[in-house]
Amino acid sequence: MRFLLLAALCLFAPLSVAQGQKLILASTTSTQNSGLYDYLLPVFTADTGIAVHVVAVGTGQALRIARNGDADALIVHHRPSEELFISEGYGLNRRDVMVNDFVIVGPKGDSAGVATAKSAGDALLRLRKNNALFISRGDESGTYFKELEIWQSAGVTPKGPWYREIGAGMGAALNMAVAVEGYVLTDRGTWLSFNNKNNLVLLFEGDPVLFNPYSIITVNPAKHPHVQADLAGVLTDWITSERGQSLIAAFAIDGQQLFCPSANGAKCAVMP
Amino acid sequence: MEILATALALITSGDADLWRVVGLSLRVSLSATLIAALFAIPLAAFLSARDFAGKRIILVLSTSLMALPPVVVGLAVYLMLSRSGPLGPLGLLFTPGAMVIAQTVLVFPILLSLTYEAINPLQRDYKGLFAALDVGRGLQVRTLIWDARFVVSVAVLAGFGRALAEVGAVIIVGGNINGVTRVMTTTIALETSKGNLQLALALGVILLSIALSINIVTQTLARIGSKYQAVR
Repeated sequence: MRFLLLAALCLFAPLSVAQGQKLILASTTSTQNSGLYDYLLPVFTADTGIAVHVVAVGTGQALRIARNGDADALIVHHRPSEELFISEGYGLNRRDVMVNDFVIVGPKGDSAGVATAKSAGDALLRLRKNNALFISRGDESGTYFKELEIWQSAGVTPKGPWYREIGAGMGAALNMAVAVEGYVLTDRGTWLSFNNKNNLVLLFEGDPVLFNPYSIITVNPAKHPHVQADLAGVLTDWITSERGQSLIAAFAIDGQQLFCPSANGAKCAVMP
Repeated sequence: MEILATALALITSGDADLWRVVGLSLRVSLSATLIAALFAIPLAAFLSARDFAGKRIILVLSTSLMALPPVVVGLAVYLMLSRSGPLGPLGLLFTPGAMVIAQTVLVFPILLSLTYEAINPLQRDYKGLFAALDVGRGLQVRTLIWDARFVVSVAVLAGFGRALAEVGAVIIVGGNINGVTRVMTTTIALETSKGNLQLALALGVILLSIALSINIVTQTLARIGSKYQAVR
């Protein structure tokens, strides 16, 4: 028994070792899955000595984690939720970081004719008319909020056996779309870095409605005193600086740029 | 076949990231299992050695809790450790320590129930003997644990397997932070979501081989031990 106790202590001890300066960044699965953070944050750590711990969840959950005081900063992509978060006093110093766009992907055959749709709303309307299988995130992510916004503008209440809310992340939705030959709305970053595309192809893009802006927000230390607003400020300054922005612009997969830096207004030709 | 080849290539490549993830998985799950065992095994022996009102309730409750979904444990521990929760000031959320706590909660009822079932038959055999020799309660508990140790070790392995395999709890309280709280199962979940299905399966094969090796070693030791005991 004494041996057990000793063994438990030995194992447990190295788990609670205090580290240097670290910052908890709650963010979205789309930015993590694209590989952006693995590329960007080591440079930030080298520049400033601050380690960034990324907790990647949906935008809705990221905001909830921040409301509970469990993160120091946020990078999310749903403007109305962000504004509510700030007006409730939970966040401050919101800055634009980058933009990319949403695209609609689906099976090569494209039985619903989404590829020739005139707008994003028209594309979803065609899915509805053809009862084409659509995989919806069904969580509180920025992508799901955007999807609902487009359904609403198209005047369609998505319901029925063709509309599948799976309540999971972007990657899971794409994996399911591959498996059942369904359509799905995804951000371009996750799509480009997704490695199980199979018979899925990009069918619709370019509608200004599909604009997808990411912002960084500092969690307000007035609500949670332990929040390291100073470290969050360093990250905000760095990521919106010339250096951070040019690194974001240089991030590419297969020669395709994933995000367009937007701290001083987005100026990328490839984005809508 | 391809998956096995990928797994083998991963293992032989000596990828430092992979071994760090494997190491953390083992450390978290072993810590949780040992801490749970520290409390569950004596409690099981105590329950077995003593009759009192409410004992059946504890056992039924414990057996039911074996079906506890990891996500629920993760959520409960998250709410406790959150800065807005009662244990928030400890700052444990999104650290390996939080993962150990969640897995300890998950494994405890398994160890308690299985250990009780392992010890109880012995208790029935020893009851008269204990009474005749007027053995004290503490010695009774120790004797029962020691004599049932080989079956108890299987219970501990079952608990360890549960801890090593679960993803729902650690991903919520750990946050799957690269290099800090990323373990085997959360890596598999992440790689699946990135569409790297081959890699995810290969990691699964590695996880399984680790569990297999640990089981083989423990079972062999138990076998050698019980043979030695019989001879003696």
